[in-house]
Amino acid sequence: MNWLYLRGALRRWMRRLWRRLPLDLPLTGALLLLAGIGLAVLYSASGGSWSQVGNQAARLALGFMVLLLLSRVPPAILRSWTPWFYIATVGLLLLVTVFGEGRGAHRWLDLGVVRFQPSEFAKLALPMMVAWFLHDRMLPPSWGAMAACAVLIGVPAGLIAEQPDLGTALLVGISGAFVIFLAGLSWWRIGALVGAAAAAAPIAWQYMHEYQRNRIRMFLDPESDPLGNGWNIIQAQIAVGSGGILGKGFEASTQAKLDFLPEHTTDFIFAVFGEEFGLLGVALVVALYLFIIGRGLWIAASARDTYSRLLAGAIAMTFFVYVMVNGGMITGLLPVVGVPMPLISYGGTSAVSLLAGFGVLLSIHAHRRLGAY
Amino acid sequence: MSPIRPRSRRVKETGPETVLFQRRALAGFILIALCLLVLLGRFAWLQVQQHAEYQGRSEANRIKPRALPPSRGLVYDRNGVLLAENVPSYRLELVPEQAGDIDATLVRLRAVLALSDDELERFGELRQLKRGFESLPLKSPLTEAEVARFAVHRHEFPGVEVVPYLTRYYPMGALFAHVVGYVGRIDAADAGRLADSRYAGTSHIGKTGIERYYEDLLLGQVGYEQVETDAAGRALRVLRRVPPKQGTHVYLSLDARLQQAAVDALEGRSGAAVAIDPRNGEVLALVSMPGFDPNLFVNGISRADYGALTAATDQPLYNRALQGGYEPGSTIKPFIGLAGLELGLRTVTDTTLSTGEYRLAGMPQSWRDWKRGGHGRVDLKEALAQSVNTYFYDLAYDIGVDRLGQYLALFGFGEPTGIDLHGEGRGILPSRAWKQQRFQQPWYPGETVIAGIGQGYWVVTPIQLGSALATLADGSVRRPPRLLMATQDGVNTARTPARIATPVAGFVRDPAHLAAIRAGMVAVMHGPTGTARAFGAGAAFTIAGKSGTAQRVRRREGEEYDERRVAENLRHQALFVAYAPAEAPRIAVAVVVEHGSSGSKAAAPVARQILDAWLLRPEAP
Repeated sequence: MNWLYLRGALRRWMRRLWRRLPLDLPLTGALLLLAGIGLAVLYSASGGSWSQVGNQAARLALGFMVLLLLSRVPPAILRSWTPWFYIATVGLLLLVTVFGEGRGAHRWLDLGVVRFQPSEFAKLALPMMVAWFLHDRMLPPSWGAMAACAVLIGVPAGLIAEQPDLGTALLVGISGAFVIFLAGLSWWRIGALVGAAAAAAPIAWQYMHEYQRNRIRMFLDPESDPLGNGWNIIQAQIAVGSGGILGKGFEASTQAKLDFLPEHTTDFIFAVFGEEFGLLGVALVVALYLFIIGRGLWIAASARDTYSRLLAGAIAMTFFVYVMVNGGMITGLLPVVGVPMPLISYGGTSAVSLLAGFGVLLSIHAHRRLGAY
Repeated sequence: MSPIRPRSRRVKETGPETVLFQRRALAGFILIALCLLVLLGRFAWLQVQQHAEYQGRSEANRIKPRALPPSRGLVYDRNGVLLAENVPSYRLELVPEQAGDIDATLVRLRAVLALSDDELERFGELRQLKRGFESLPLKSPLTEAEVARFAVHRHEFPGVEVVPYLTRYYPMGALFAHVVGYVGRIDAADAGRLADSRYAGTSHIGKTGIERYYEDLLLGQVGYEQVETDAAGRALRVLRRVPPKQGTHVYLSLDARLQQAAVDALEGRSGAAVAIDPRNGEVLALVSMPGFDPNLFVNGISRADYGALTAATDQPLYNRALQGGYEPGSTIKPFIGLAGLELGLRTVTDTTLSTGEYRLAGMPQSWRDWKRGGHGRVDLKEALAQSVNTYFYDLAYDIGVDRLGQYLALFGFGEPTGIDLHGEGRGILPSRAWKQQRFQQPWYPGETVIAGIGQGYWVVTPIQLGSALATLADGSVRRPPRLLMATQDGVNTARTPARIATPVAGFVRDPAHLAAIRAGMVAVMHGPTGTARAFGAGAAFTIAGKSGTAQRVRRREGEEYDERRVAENLRHQALFVAYAPAEAPRIAVAVVVEHGSSGSKAAAPVARQILDAWLLRPEAP
């Protein structure tokens, strides 16, 4: 009897939970599918290491919990917290530059109990802040508003680049830029800014670390140092290219299994996927990514208020940057930048912050009918 | 309450803004889709267009060929006695990756095994060259005692192991050093061979003797495995294996017992002995004394051992049988006698008067017989039996040096015999042209006179003399002496007889001439006046022989021989040639004993012992 009662209670609770979780099914489903694919690839790339798969599954579970949690928070509340969240993030980033730790680069902050990268917060805090800043202004933004946005973006991005973590700085900066783009910045201004950025490239070169310059050099000619700096690039392309159209099959990646491909569970895991599942697998996963991005932009377009729209759109578009930078890196289309393949690369923090972003998206979706506030 | 308050708050029109956003979102999506299409295009380019190349590079990455060296063919004598074999040996190897602190390990190892500075130095060099997981030889070979001692302490040395391997071993030691030769580590001198893929994985190569001449046969065929390796080069598993093919076994015509008998007969004196079967050119024994232990050279000879071998005054490394240049002395007389008959200058019964002194008309010098007062009137048989110089002075003068040279060249004098060994000397067959070229001097008639008794510019090698004698004994054709009798692929297969070289066509016009020479040589051994009758006595078969005594011309080509520094009695070389049984020769022997007093005394007994050992051996027909 007790058991029957429990079962009934569980069912009722589940039903109520589902009603209270107006999650966008296509988006949530796609994310879960992607995470599942990620775990499977990780299993193969790590050489059947259940401990790594378990770790990653736990992180993904944490990420989905954060996603669920954030999806319950109405965008209005998020908006009101935005400036505080932004200030706190910048403060933490400052702390990292002073007290941070990590190999070579100072990215981690040790709070005694948890170690974390404040830059992961910035991935969310920055687009939120720019969206907050622009949401009640005249759009398209004026030059003055844009200058203010540039400062809002530049401070945290600069602090992250200083750590140095070029990949995250890039992602953070671009997420802010996407907000401005979505805010309706005129095309000719966009052209002018891109032109200015191109003109400033030599100056950026001056400020780069030697290892970053080497990455650019290697991108331009990986075969000039095939056993040194060019090794990753070449081995990743060998992995991808040797996969062919249909791939070598699950768990058949020789490049990863025999250690030819470095970082084959983290930044270069998608090369292993390309080796095992070929062009067909790659096309399916890229299509899945495109679906997630498109769904995110659709959610953004159907949002009622400016803040939600800008934020949702920026989150969706930033997701694309991950895919493009990582995919470009392993195929030699772009220089090596430490950006993971979202939800597939091994590593907890990026998975959690990504899913947190989708939590915000889902919240915006869930609250789209509630109108302006 | 926000900390940053926007400065102006105008009422916004949301309608156009929504449209603007939706347009932007669409533009963004299209841009993103285009970018991802480019990315996918790049994947397609790598995975379709470039697939074959990357497929190859991936395979090349992981599959490394590893050579499997073949085991070297064995060398046997004609009866299947092993002359060169491969024996298991042990060496100590160390894998740096597994050994931990290597310097400390080496220090502790030295307490267990003696490690020389040489060995440590070589190991240090290897460590620089090889990767950490590769096993590096530290000491080789290990004695059984060392293997046992290390076994006790093995657990104290992780990454250090005793590894068995095959090494070349010459069980007969010095006995065949100059014939079978030895193998040694491939070095810079063999650079051409190093590039040869057949030597992949092989560390040794034939350096001298049979080991060098039949290197291609003995080497075998390298096999290989395709090994899957990881990025560090560690072998993980074997994908394909083509086993090596063992080198061909080689059977030599030599007889180990005869070889031993020849060495025993030389009683430790420097010299050479060659025994040939006149019927087919098979070399039955090939001795150069003193010998040396070829095993010293196999795994690198120590400086001290090499120094001792090169410094020894009797030059053990010098192959006298093949390279030693000697005046033939009277051993040439049978050949000159035959030349006189064949050229029609003498008949068998023609006689010459020996007065003890031979003069040429109008010349002040005279040439002596060895017997004071001369031998009287002698025919060819008696001239050979008593070794009458005057007979041959006169005959040589009649023939003339050029014709003499041409005739003797038919027996192979003045050129390498073509035996299957490298480094054979060619000797000197004097002629006017040769002297003009060598010394820019004309030929003097007196030089023709002494050429008749095998002196002057003559140089022969023992193998030449033996080969020429075999030709004389057989009486029909000249066959290059041959060591290789048969080959065998694998232990259980049949032996393949070696192809016998095409004999040089016979040239003796009249068999009666040969018979006359033979009669003279038999008289040397068995006649009442024979110079070597003491050594022909009691023989179970008829021997045809001829002694010779001569000054040593020089030790090897290009090296000047300083007569003044050598005591008179050491200058003489005792030579002896003999074949038996005289009626149907089965063995022809040429013996040189350095520092011998005279040919008949020093060399004849050696030749006799060799003949006895061969013809009286238990299974002899």
